[in-house]
Amino acid sequence: MNISELQPRDCAVKSGPTWRGLARGAPIMIGYAPIGFAFGVLASTAGLSVGGAAALSVFVYAGSSQFIAVGLIEGGAGPWALALTVFMVNLRHLLMSASLAPYLGRLRRLEQAYFSFELTDESFAVHSAYFQNGGEPEAASLFAVNTSAHLAWVASSLAGAWLGSRLAFDTRIFGLDYALAAMFIALLVCQLGSRRRVLIALLAAGLSTALYLGGSGHWYIILATLVAATAGALTEKAQAPEEGERR
Amino acid sequence: MTAQQYFLAVVLMALVTYLPRLLPVLLLSKRGLPAPLVRWLSYIPVAVLAAMLGPLLLAPAGTFDLLPARNPGFWVSLPVFLVAYFTRNLFATVLLGMAAIALWRLLLW
Repeated sequence: MNISELQPRDCAVKSGPTWRGLARGAPIMIGYAPIGFAFGVLASTAGLSVGGAAALSVFVYAGSSQFIAVGLIEGGAGPWALALTVFMVNLRHLLMSASLAPYLGRLRRLEQAYFSFELTDESFAVHSAYFQNGGEPEAASLFAVNTSAHLAWVASSLAGAWLGSRLAFDTRIFGLDYALAAMFIALLVCQLGSRRRVLIALLAAGLSTALYLGGSGHWYIILATLVAATAGALTEKAQAPEEGERR
Repeated sequence: MTAQQYFLAVVLMALVTYLPRLLPVLLLSKRGLPAPLVRWLSYIPVAVLAAMLGPLLLAPAGTFDLLPARNPGFWVSLPVFLVAYFTRNLFATVLLGMAAIALWRLLLW
């Protein structure tokens, strides 16, 4: 299945791993297109310039937090409140990064740094499936997955921001305003591996909504996440200290 | 927000997003994290996604409202959850969700 196993690493055909990476990354590119477009339109509707929207997609490159950031900017939040919320929203990447780390020991530091910059929920899903099936950690193919997805994200958000700034674009047409919720649902469903996790999700969603409606400012996501994750870890320890979690 | 504030905001957001992505790969290529921390971290994805989704579905306009005419997103989410569960496909889920809500508005407006 894997051609790279048949040839010495040093004389691998240059285009080989890149093309294999692009093949793995293609579904991400296709999936990002409507979401990136929706982000661009919403960003320009919220008053961001095309450059301002693109800067988020290039340098932050974390879909859900970019939507949240636009919402907070529209609500008048300052840079530090934005940074703190985005930090909490993106803290989940810590775990993804930690779980891929054992496979990336062969990369050089600079390669690790570049790889991590483009680690998203979706590229993580593709990479971990690849490694679990015995895939080789060849830098070129890993970068091909990541960078093609990143380019698709930047291009689609540029297109959305550009169109949104020129047309009086109602984001409700085509259901673009629902793209984020749908993406969250798709990602959340993949996390619901046990009954405990379903309960933790319900707790987090309910608590977050209550805090949001109770006027806790921009803190509702952070607080609900901390409480729910702690509840999950504590109850797991109390009830199923070993491997009962994946019942 | 001024241009200067926005610049600061992007720099800060880029930094706080990059560090959690970078540090584990950089530091843990050979070591592991303490088990309790790993256990707690393993609940972050499910908790944070649900925490973001809750208000989006239950109170999209800032007040709790499940009336289909004003909050179609909540009702569309029920089939979208099923599609996500059975297909496990981001693209299919997003497209179907968008199509469903566009259709809903087209037919019921």
